[in-house]
Amino acid sequence: MHSYYEKSARARIDAVVDAASFREILPPQARMLSPHLQALDLPVAFDDGVITGAATLEGLPILIAAQEGGFMGGAVGEVHGAKLVGLLQRAVHGQLAGVVLLLESGGVRLQEANAGLIAVSEVIRAILASRAAGVPVVGAIGGQYGCFGGMGIAAACCTAIVMSEEGRLGLSGPEVIETARGVEEFDSRDRARVWRTVGGKHRYLLGDAAALVDDSVDAFRNAIARAIRAGDRLDLDALEREQELLDARLQRFGQCTDGEDIWRLLGWPEPDRVPLLTATEFVAQARERRVR
Amino acid sequence: MNWQAVASRLFPQGHNIVADDALLAGTGRNGDVVFEVTGSTEHTEIGVDLALAMARRVLATVRNHPGRPILFLIDTAGQRLRHRDELLGINRYMGHLAKCVELARMRGHRVIALVYDQALSGGFLASGMMADVCAALPDAEIRVMNLPAMARVTRQPEERLRALATKSPVFAPGAINYVQMGGIDSIWDGDLAACLRDALARADGHDRRSEEGLERGGRVLAKPVAERVLSE
Amino acid sequence: MERLHFSFEGGTRRAGKGPRIVGVVASGNLEVLIEPRPEVSACTIDVNTAAVGFGTTWEAVLRDFFERHPLSHVQISINDAGATPAIVALRLDQAVEALE
Repeated sequence: MHSYYEKSARARIDAVVDAASFREILPPQARMLSPHLQALDLPVAFDDGVITGAATLEGLPILIAAQEGGFMGGAVGEVHGAKLVGLLQRAVHGQLAGVVLLLESGGVRLQEANAGLIAVSEVIRAILASRAAGVPVVGAIGGQYGCFGGMGIAAACCTAIVMSEEGRLGLSGPEVIETARGVEEFDSRDRARVWRTVGGKHRYLLGDAAALVDDSVDAFRNAIARAIRAGDRLDLDALEREQELLDARLQRFGQCTDGEDIWRLLGWPEPDRVPLLTATEFVAQARERRVR
Repeated sequence: MNWQAVASRLFPQGHNIVADDALLAGTGRNGDVVFEVTGSTEHTEIGVDLALAMARRVLATVRNHPGRPILFLIDTAGQRLRHRDELLGINRYMGHLAKCVELARMRGHRVIALVYDQALSGGFLASGMMADVCAALPDAEIRVMNLPAMARVTRQPEERLRALATKSPVFAPGAINYVQMGGIDSIWDGDLAACLRDALARADGHDRRSEEGLERGGRVLAKPVAERVLSE
Repeated sequence: MERLHFSFEGGTRRAGKGPRIVGVVASGNLEVLIEPRPEVSACTIDVNTAAVGFGTTWEAVLRDFFERHPLSHVQISINDAGATPAIVALRLDQAVEALE
C-alpha cells in the first residue's frame, strides 16, 4: 500500500526514510504520557501522538517527526510539543541535512489549553532557531486531518512545505469559522469549497506549498529530499521579498470569494477542472499559472 | 486600561503612537531608549491585513533602525474567522510575522510584548509569543479559543469547559496562570516604565519559557521531555 | 477510564525481539505495546480502556489470545479507545507478528 494518506504516522516514517534507517528517540516504552489527559480521564497514547527520531533520506542524515492524526486529531499538548522542541533543538548540534516534519494536526490540543498553546509557540520558535542555525526544516502535509491552528503557522515557518491534493493547510478550520460566523460564512460540509480554500492544489498555486505531489509515499519522499537539497534563506532580503509577495496577493486577490476566482486570475481557462487533474497534469499546467 | 494610558505609563519621556484603525504604530521613549511600537487595539481580530501591517513595521525597523528594540502592545480577540482570510492563506501571513520577529531577534533587536487587555491564539502566537519577554497587565486574559467553538471541537458541554476554566490553571485564562506555566514572563503593575526597562535588560533572545514553567511549577514536563529528546 | 490487569502463566514461547507497538488510540481503536520481560516468566497484560465495565469481555478476549499465542516473559500494555473485541484480538495478533 503506497498511499501516504492511509498510513499511520509510524508507517509514514518507515515508508519515507531509507530502509531500516530509522531510530526512534523517546520511544513508546518510555511512557511519556500526558498528565493533562489523565487528569481529564481521557485516553492517552504512549508516544503522546508524535513519533520522533533520526534516519537517513536518500542518504541524507535527518531528524524526523510524524504526528498521528488519529490520536486527538494530531493536536499538540505539553509532551507532544516538547518532543518536537527537543528534536529541533537537537538539529542545532548535529551534522544534519535537515529536519523533516510529517505534519497532521488540528493545532493546540484544546484539552490541554494553555499548556498546548505555549507548546505550539515553543515549536514555532524551535523551527525558526533550527533554520537560523542553518538546518532547513521541511514540512509535509497529506493526511486526513490536515494542518491547522497554531501548527498552520508552524508550517508556514518551515523552509518548504510539500503537499498532496488530499492535504489541507490553514489556520482556522471550517467548523470553527462556521460555529463563530454561521454557515453562510463557511459551510464546513461543502467539501469541494473547503478544498478550494485550503487544499493542496490551492496552496501550491498561491505559492504556499513548494511542491504538489500525488498521494504516494515515494512522491513525498522525493519531494522532501529535493526540498532539503534546495537550501534555505532566512534573511532581511528574503523577508522583504515575502512582504512584497504577500502584499501583492492582497492587491490581486483580496476581492476574490472562491479559489476558482483566484485560479481564473492566474490564467486557468477552466478553473472548475483543477480538482479533476492528476497531480502530474496539474503541476505541468501550473508551471506558468502559479505564484512563485 | 486603554492603550493610551498604557503608552503614557510605559513611555514617560513621550511617544507618538497612533491608532490607525486597530493597528498601533509609532515610537516611544523610555529613559534614553527609543522603542518601535506596534500592536492592536479594541479586541480586534487579526486578519491578513493587520498581520501584514505589523510585519511591515518590524521589517522597516530592521532595515532602518539597527538595534532598536521593538514593543508589541497586544489586545486582540484572536485571528479573523472569515473564509476570505483562509482563502488568502492567513496562516502564511501569521507565519511571515513570526519570521519577521525572529529576523529582528537574529539581527540584535530585543523584542518585548505586553498583553494589556486580551490575547487569543493565532495573532498572539505570531506576535507576543515570539517576543524575548512577553508580559501582561494584572487583569489581562489569554485564551486558546472562544468557548462555543471549543465545545464543538472537543465535544464537551460549554458548562463543563466554563467550570474547568474557573478551577484549573491549565484552562483558566488569567495571565497569572500563564506566568505559572512560563508562558508569560511577569505581570506588570505600578511603574510600567521600570518594568519595561527591566525587561529590556533581561531579554537575551533565548527561549526560557520551558525552564520557567519548570521553576515555577506550572508546566513541569516540557523542559525534561525536550531535554531527553535532545540528549538520547 | 478503567484499568485492568491480567497475568497468564505457563506460556511456552518467549517474545522475540521488541519492544514493538501497533495500533492507534483513535475512537474504536487501540494501541498495543509489547515488551520482552526476561526477569518475569508470566505474560502480563495491562489494559487502560475508555469502555468501562467490560472486564469479563476483556478476560475472555485475552484468554483466547493467550491460547493462540502462549507467550512467556512478556509485558503487553494497551491503551484502548473503545475497540470491539474483534479489533482488540486483531491488534494483539499484529503485535505478536511485529516481534518476528
